[in-house]
Order: sequence, then structure tokens, then C-alpha cells
Amino acid sequence: MGKISLEVNGRKVEKEAPDNTLLSTFLREHLQLTGTHIGCDTSQCGACVVHVDGNSLKSCTALAADVNGSKVTTIEGLETNGKMHPMQEAFKKLHGLQCGFCTPGMVMSAVDLLQKNKKPSDTEIRDWLEGNICRCTGYQNIVAAVKEAATKM
Amino acid sequence: MKDFNYHSAKDSKEASKLASSSSAFLAGGMTTIPSMKLGLATYKDLIDIKNIKKLSGIKVSGKSVTIGAATKHVEVSNSKDVKKAIPSLSSLAEGIGDPQVRNRGTIGGSIANNDPSADYPSACIALNATIHTNERKIEAAKFFKGMFETALKKGELIEAIEFQIPEKSSYQKHPNPASRYAIVGVYVAKHKGDVNVAVTGAKSCVYNDKEMSKALTGNFSSSSIDGMDLDSSEMNSDMHASADFRASLVVTQAKKAVDAC
Repeated sequence: MGKISLEVNGRKVEKEAPDNTLLSTFLREHLQLTGTHIGCDTSQCGACVVHVDGNSLKSCTALAADVNGSKVTTIEGLETNGKMHPMQEAFKKLHGLQCGFCTPGMVMSAVDLLQKNKKPSDTEIRDWLEGNICRCTGYQNIVAAVKEAATKM
Repeated sequence: MKDFNYHSAKDSKEASKLASSSSAFLAGGMTTIPSMKLGLATYKDLIDIKNIKKLSGIKVSGKSVTIGAATKHVEVSNSKDVKKAIPSLSSLAEGIGDPQVRNRGTIGGSIANNDPSADYPSACIALNATIHTNERKIEAAKFFKGMFETALKKGELIEAIEFQIPEKSSYQKHPNPASRYAIVGVYVAKHKGDVNVAVTGAKSCVYNDKEMSKALTGNFSSSSIDGMDLDSSEMNSDMHASADFRASLVVTQAKKAVDAC
């Protein structure tokens, strides 16, 4: 057991958790932030992507202990006063989701991309989303949504 | 995942003191954590080394590029200094896994793990790297011992990897479309006097192909290895590629690398 202190979506949290607690488990089961999804649980699908100190990572492949003291942003932290983030709006507008399971991870990865590259090309978007797998919508509308969001962010 | 004790070490000395026969060092965790989740590895203690400041960073001198063991792939791929000194090393880093893996995974972790399909071991062999540990310096040629096996002893921690800057170099990989690991990856580096042709993904461990190296040292042109018939008897054979296909891919990727130099 150890004390995990994080700033999650702007709120300071401090909880005891076993040392083998994954960040994804900590977010979902200790903080009830279930917007972060667990898909493959083998670091391939990207449904669990969150931001840690401004960079995207797969929360199923990090220990809560080894990001101790960091600032974490999950999908729940993107909205402002009940208003969706431009990336979420673009996914909705352009049908960038169908079942929605991969969407939190897609959105978090895409937001990280636009933080680092304000005007990505189609190829750059597809390269960046390599670690995010969608099994129903397909990628055309997702890429279109990221491009749309790039004009609004 | 089975329970373990997590420790965060503040320096190499403390990390090595905490190490035991049932511990592992944790850097990016991109292999360690999945292996533990799948039950392929269990440890009583995980010793986190990424907060040791001395282990991160990139230094370029006239003849070499030295990269701290806990330096992340994204830092190597974005480094202007690496791009200038050894552009092929920067593009190798950019081709590892996906952005989230590159944001976490480290060069020291990659070579300590010595996956038969990992990218960095080929860079170490091609660029005559010296592996600096907390105890000694090890030449890359003596570091990679076999599948997931290295010359590291228990409690021995990689601190930095020093690469020799070549005259020309290129890394060409044929990635598995799903995992992005190399089905075959070939790193060609032309140094003053000789050429290294380091191959990953083809056998149980990275190696320097002596036959191609000799041909390219004589004449640095892809025509000098064109149609070379490599012995496939020790090559990996799996659902992705047969041994014969791998043998042929090694030549193809090596030719591409020479042409790209």
C-alpha cells in the first residue's frame, strides 16, 4: 500500500492504493472516473489513453505509483462548464463514433496531437492515431473530426 | 497482476542496493508492466529508476552521441542534436510502437529487455555502442547474449548508451502491421574503415551480418549485396514470415538501407 497523490482534472486527490494498482484501475475504481475505458488491457487498443503532465499515455500500462505527483487529465476533464471540448464536438458533428467504446481514448490522443501539431496533415493524424483502434466507425470520420477540431482549437 | 512492492530510487546506488534476485528495475514499463499483467514475469520488488536525474538526457560530442538510459523514445526522436549527428537513430526512435509508447518507453529499458524484434539493439550493434552501467562499460557486441538475455548482472543498472557517429547510416524495418515490431529490421552504418549491418527480428538475437558487412566494406553499393543468398537455418519462422522469407527480407532491407544512406 502506498499513498497516491495526483491532480486529476484540476482536483487534488489523495488515496491509499496497493502498489500494483494500474493508473486505469485507480481512475475507474478508486475515483469512479469510468470515462477512461479498458479495451484490450494489453496496451494495444488505446481506449484507456489519458494525459499525464500534458502527454498522452495508455493508463492500463502505467502504475498509479509511478505517476505519483503528476497532473492527470481524463476525458471527463475536457469539458468547460458543461460545454463539450471542440474535439468532442467535432466527433459528434462528423460521426466520428458509433459504439463509442474507443472514443475517450481517440479524443484524448487527438487532443494531445493538436497540442503538439496545430495543423496536422491526414497522414500525420493517421500516424498519430496508430495506437488507437476503432472496430466499428472506421477511421475516415475520425480523421475528418480531428481536422475539423484543428480549425476550432 | 500479482502484488509487489514499489520503490522509487533517488540514485543508481540506491537502486542497485534495493535490487535482489526477485526484483526488476522499472523505467517506462512498456514491457515490464504488460509482462507482469500476463503473468509472464513476477517480481517481489519493482525499483523505479525514472526519477534518477542522471539517467536522462542526450549529449553529443565530436565523435559520439550519449543517451541516458531513462531517456524516452520521444526525446530521442525530437532531439535536434540527434537528428543532426545520427539522423537514422532519430527516425528509428520515431518508428517505435505508437505515440503513447514513445512517450513512456526508454532506450535503456529496450536494450535491457533485448527483445529479438526490438529496434534499439540493432542501433547499438551498427553504431559500435558502448553500454555504460553503474559498474563498467560493455561493448554492444558483447552485450546482447541471446533471446531476452544480456551481459547485465543482477543489480547492474544501465546508465547511458554511447553511440559512435558514423559517416552514413540508415535503419530500414519491415514492421509487423499490428504490433509494429520488426519482422526484420536492418541498420546499416558506414564507419571509417568498415561497415556494420545489424539485423533485428530475423534470429533469436540481434547480430551483425558478417557476409554483407564484408561485401559492403569492399564496395558500399546495394549492387554488392544484390541477390545474396543468406543461410536461413537459424532464422525465425512464424505465422508472419517463414525463415526463407526473412532471409530474403534481410537482403531487401539492407539494400534499401544502403540506397538511403
